[in-house]
Amino acid sequence: MNYEPSTMNHPMNRLNTLFNTKKDNLLSIYYTAGYPQLDATLDIAEALEKAGADFLEIGFPYSDPVADGPTIQHSSEKALENGMTLHLLFEQLANLRKRVSIPVLLMGYVNPIIQYGVENFCKKAAEVGVDGIIVPDLPIYEYESLYAKYFKANGLSNIFLVTPQTTEDRIRKIDRLSNSFIYLLSSSSITGGNLNVSANIEDYYKRIKAMNLNNPAIIGFGISNNESFTKACEYARGAIVGSAFVKLLGTENYLEKIPAFIKSIKK
Amino acid sequence: MNYGVNEQGYYGDFGGAYIPEMLYPNVEELRSEYLKIINDDDFKEEFNQLLKDYVGRPSPLYHAKRYSEKYGANIFFKREDLNHTGSHKINNAVGQILLAKRLGKKRIIAETGAGQHGVATATVCALMGIECVVYMGEVDMARQAPNVSRMQMLGATVVPAKSGSKTLKDATNEALRDWIANPVDTHYIIGSVVGPYPYPDMVARFQSVISLETKKQLLEHTGKELPEYVMACVGGGSNAMGMFYHFLEDESVKLVAVEAAGKGVNSGHSAATTFLGREGVLHGSRTILMQTEDGQVVEPYSISAGLDYPGIGPQHAWLYKIRRAEYVSITDNEALQAGLLCSQLEGIIPAIETAHALAYLEKMKFNPTDNVVICISGRGDKDLDTYIKYFEY
Repeated sequence: MNYEPSTMNHPMNRLNTLFNTKKDNLLSIYYTAGYPQLDATLDIAEALEKAGADFLEIGFPYSDPVADGPTIQHSSEKALENGMTLHLLFEQLANLRKRVSIPVLLMGYVNPIIQYGVENFCKKAAEVGVDGIIVPDLPIYEYESLYAKYFKANGLSNIFLVTPQTTEDRIRKIDRLSNSFIYLLSSSSITGGNLNVSANIEDYYKRIKAMNLNNPAIIGFGISNNESFTKACEYARGAIVGSAFVKLLGTENYLEKIPAFIKSIKK
Repeated sequence: MNYGVNEQGYYGDFGGAYIPEMLYPNVEELRSEYLKIINDDDFKEEFNQLLKDYVGRPSPLYHAKRYSEKYGANIFFKREDLNHTGSHKINNAVGQILLAKRLGKKRIIAETGAGQHGVATATVCALMGIECVVYMGEVDMARQAPNVSRMQMLGATVVPAKSGSKTLKDATNEALRDWIANPVDTHYIIGSVVGPYPYPDMVARFQSVISLETKKQLLEHTGKELPEYVMACVGGGSNAMGMFYHFLEDESVKLVAVEAAGKGVNSGHSAATTFLGREGVLHGSRTILMQTEDGQVVEPYSISAGLDYPGIGPQHAWLYKIRRAEYVSITDNEALQAGLLCSQLEGIIPAIETAHALAYLEKMKFNPTDNVVICISGRGDKDLDTYIKYFEY
């Protein structure tokens, strides 16, 4: 038998180290590269690390982001107007590890990756020091049959999404295919909603917790303030803030406002 | 050669289900149920009965004598324009509403370009007493205003899609977002052979009645089941797939699919997907789409809202790649001229979409004995404004 746990195929990346050393209340921030200014990508990343974010998701924009609400749609449109491309993003990220030490994931839709070339994309991501990839519209079957070998060869974690409708069998499968964390959606929704913790959602969080998965869960979608962050952290190792932060980027002097924003979430 | 879909939802290199996890349960439910449901005798009986009594099928196969004379072949029109609601779109809408009912869905959403699929969906929802929400690009709502009113009169809510180019692809994005937010009680009636598996196969099956009838009717007209040519226009490609379906394995039949060149294939204002596109992923399937080098979807252009789409269905992408069908294109001007010609030679005002297929007759070389079937996918009432402006009546 050739079976090896996937984490043994490559050295522990920064994500694994983070989850091994810091136990809870992890905060991840999502933002769209190229928004509001084309060249702000690393300035924002650096400011977020200094302010206390535990890891980052840098979005590469796509023209047809079906899983995103108006805020991230708008930031993607602007970023594309500004001229953001995957090629340019990788150029900007060449200095990533000189300025940022926390884990960084890239998040975006599958078509730009296909056009860049899946193997090249993975090599380049690893080369600039990216730790993981989130591709919402890359299904498990296609990932396993066509993509996994490149992710593994380059030490990249692939992050899968789980929703309240995902069946237990499928969650188990996702857990087996994951090697850093599972992205738990607060509800079946597009990004930018408000998290209402109803009895149903609490049941869902409890159900996931009771499954004792190998990978930690991080909750995303609808996390926008201290209240929703704290609630999410009761059930998971941490949470992801996206649209609420992207809104901040749409205001003036956003870099200066980042410390107060992070503080308001983490308290 | 196998032209159908495999178990993973692929036609050769194309197809699949590139969807976010939020849509997985919905699409998986369909995938595991659709064949069982549509092959069920009870379903077939209800579907066929509605196609006959409500839609008015079979649609005639009309021997267009003046067209035949003009183009030097036996030209037959498959009259999908005579269907209830005025186009082939109703075939699929009837099939999917019956499927949705059997899945216990309480709410229907749809996207629409020209409004024909929106009208067809609003119609079957009225028929079944089910709530209906139709997403339509803001630009399309303006150029197809009568269809907006028709949908509203039928009781549907029409929601403008205001993102991107405000046309069909954006309406599709908005419908997908709605489905993500309403995963349990809602069925999404996709109007073309696009989207994640099983949609391309399911829609093709519901539209395949077009070619099924054509074979029988052609036998009556000519004594032969098989024509030399079968032609149809292609946006996403549902009337073409329905028209091609039962001829795919008859290799002697030449299939011609006509795309919209807009102001010209190289004008920067075009929707000629196979000429301008490359392989990639659009709206949940791997296919051929118009895109930048960086993989951003390019805004297409055609005077015809129903062909104004940057991709084609995955089965079309495969038929194109293996050259089972020939993909060609026709400009706005050529289509409008053909629409006028058809009106005055045959007394049939075709939809501008259909007029693209008719226009390509000008570029074909036929033998006098050739039998040619062309799908008249829809009628031109909805396009009168556009025709009138162009010809300045």
